[in-house]
Amino acid sequence: MKQDIILAGVGGQGILSIATVIGSAALEQGLYLKQAEVHGMSQRGGDVQSNLRLSSDPIQSDLIPRGAADLIVSLEPMEALRYVPYLTPQGWVITNTVPFVNIPDYPPMDSIMAELGKLPHLIAIDVDAIAKEVGSPRSANMVLLGGIAALLDILDPEQLRDGIRRIFGRKGEEIVAANIKAFDAGFNYAKKEK
Amino acid sequence: MAEKQLLLGDEAVALGALHAGLSGVYAYPGTPSTEITEYIQGHPLTRERHVHDQWTTNEKTAMEGALGMSYAGKRALVCMKHVGMNVCADPLMGSAMTGANGGLVVAACDDPSMHSSQNEQDSRFWGTFGMMPVFEPSNQQEAYEMTRAAYDYSEQRTIPVIMRLTTRMAHSRAVVQPAAEIRPQNELHYPAHPKRWVTLPVNARVRNRELIKNYAQFEEDAACSPFNKLSDGPDHSLGVIACGIAYNYLMENYPDGCPYPVLKISQYPFPRRLALQLAEMVPTILVLEEGQPLVENMLRGVFPAQTKILGRIDETVVRDGELSPDEVRKALGLPALPAFAASQVLAPRPPALCQGCGHRDFYTALNNVLKIDYPSARVFSDIGCYTLGYMAPFQAIHTCVEMGASFTMAQGAAYAGTWPAVGVLGDSTFTHSGMTGLLDAVNSHADVVLCISDNLTTAMTGGQDSAGTGRIEAICAGLGVDPAHIRTIVPLPKNYPDMERVIREEIEYHGVSVIVCRRECIQTARRHASKK
Repeated sequence: MKQDIILAGVGGQGILSIATVIGSAALEQGLYLKQAEVHGMSQRGGDVQSNLRLSSDPIQSDLIPRGAADLIVSLEPMEALRYVPYLTPQGWVITNTVPFVNIPDYPPMDSIMAELGKLPHLIAIDVDAIAKEVGSPRSANMVLLGGIAALLDILDPEQLRDGIRRIFGRKGEEIVAANIKAFDAGFNYAKKEK
Repeated sequence: MAEKQLLLGDEAVALGALHAGLSGVYAYPGTPSTEITEYIQGHPLTRERHVHDQWTTNEKTAMEGALGMSYAGKRALVCMKHVGMNVCADPLMGSAMTGANGGLVVAACDDPSMHSSQNEQDSRFWGTFGMMPVFEPSNQQEAYEMTRAAYDYSEQRTIPVIMRLTTRMAHSRAVVQPAAEIRPQNELHYPAHPKRWVTLPVNARVRNRELIKNYAQFEEDAACSPFNKLSDGPDHSLGVIACGIAYNYLMENYPDGCPYPVLKISQYPFPRRLALQLAEMVPTILVLEEGQPLVENMLRGVFPAQTKILGRIDETVVRDGELSPDEVRKALGLPALPAFAASQVLAPRPPALCQGCGHRDFYTALNNVLKIDYPSARVFSDIGCYTLGYMAPFQAIHTCVEMGASFTMAQGAAYAGTWPAVGVLGDSTFTHSGMTGLLDAVNSHADVVLCISDNLTTAMTGGQDSAGTGRIEAICAGLGVDPAHIRTIVPLPKNYPDMERVIREEIEYHGVSVIVCRRECIQTARRHASKK
């Protein structure tokens, strides 16, 4: 089995923390993984993405071909839209609905949502609101990670929870618990929508 | 067996070097090479073995430091981005003449498509130019193994080895299985060929002939290298030469195996013998290489040939920019996968200076002075976060060429009649390549205002130590700038009136002025605050 994910956002939003947990879980699961990241200039508030490929067999390209991604995960709605040409026609998009406006010509939100709405498989959620609701306001990224776990078969949700424990363990029990709560909230929400 | 690890290509090179018995890494930060040195700095083996791991002032001092370590018999690594190779070109070319004693590997990370760079130059050319072998891994596991092999090879053939990575190799993570054995570090020992290390013409002429002979041997080594491989396929209508990570993009398009014969290249000089074997099998060869058409150019003769060559030059493959599975797919004549069209409502989101960044306040004050009172002013800037001052709403700079060019170009323009001629660079760029230009300005009594926007770090690459922190004014005074015209300001909105007054005064002074504009980078300040 092979599943390809594009993680998208704006430089500084922290898409790499999602990738780190997935990487840790994939390594434990004995999966092959390739994850191309963006470093350098774009991290200064530009559009950033990470190509994350998971497979039970060796992976060739570090980059996902157009039309091959099973899932686009985005911390920002317009950034989700940017990578739609990479999605397979059956693929899912899970995105935060809160825009990150740091450019003067940010398009009207309703036109972005209308474009996203044309996709066959979309989960649009206010991740900050969900994170706040479960009492983990600083764990919005983990809500999206929960969504990923619900939408992809290749990753074992329990392994991802363990991944969260490993990555955030040194920050203390409380932070781990808050992140797991956010993860579960995202997981349950996406499961319902799927 | 050692534990599997998830490593960036950069980190795989770093671990390979540490496991090969590294004694020192010498580097100046630059995307996409920075993480090699950072990984070594954070690794327990570095502390245990006292591996030298401090950032150097620039790539030239890095290369020279590593060459000295190699002279003393120990294994050294030099890391930089592709344009850093220009800065260290003198010692690099010299190192081919001296040869290596302790293993010497030069990691050059290219940035095709210029994600974070000013050009697309291909570091493999340095191998041809200087007569040095080049290794180019195609995946992270190979990056680890080839780095280890590069050290052995460097000592076996007494020659520095260039390890060429490109952005997608440097900044992509994959599972790496390290070797169980960690090699000990070398003991201090001196070169068996001491004459090579004194490149007086009398020695250099002898060495040059020897190196020319050795280079032929390097090519034969590449033909026998386990990292280069010619494999057959059932369809002999086409052959493919795939260099470095281009091999992955090729294979991505053939999940059940490539139907054509393939020559995978990861070690140079390009082994022409293997290409001839491929040409005997097929009438047409497609060359896939990340970067400039180095191999393709070599294969394309001036005179008519039996074998047809396809590649970037005839635009079978995209002429510039990095390769991708899609570009390679197109070159192979395969149909695109079904996909959604790009949305028309998207807006580009270019990088920008962070909110709260000191460079913002500096440019605001500078604009307030120049755009109103000195519309003839020209601002010569440089490489760093502050280059983003080019973008709206600042549009504050007129040039950005290479590390250090601001201070010297401002002088050239001033001499040609530009007034005011303003130079702007950052603290790390100043110590990298700006200090010598400042000395020129002092010696020629140039009428320039040279600004150092000091954020106490090398910010664009992620906040590495900056070589002159705490000593910027002292360095300027030491170079001979009149202390009355070394002015320090703090870039904050409340200080705009003061900042503008200082800028005006120094423009009106017809000599060398240095304005140091100092406030800590907002990113490193945040990190320091959260550490407390």
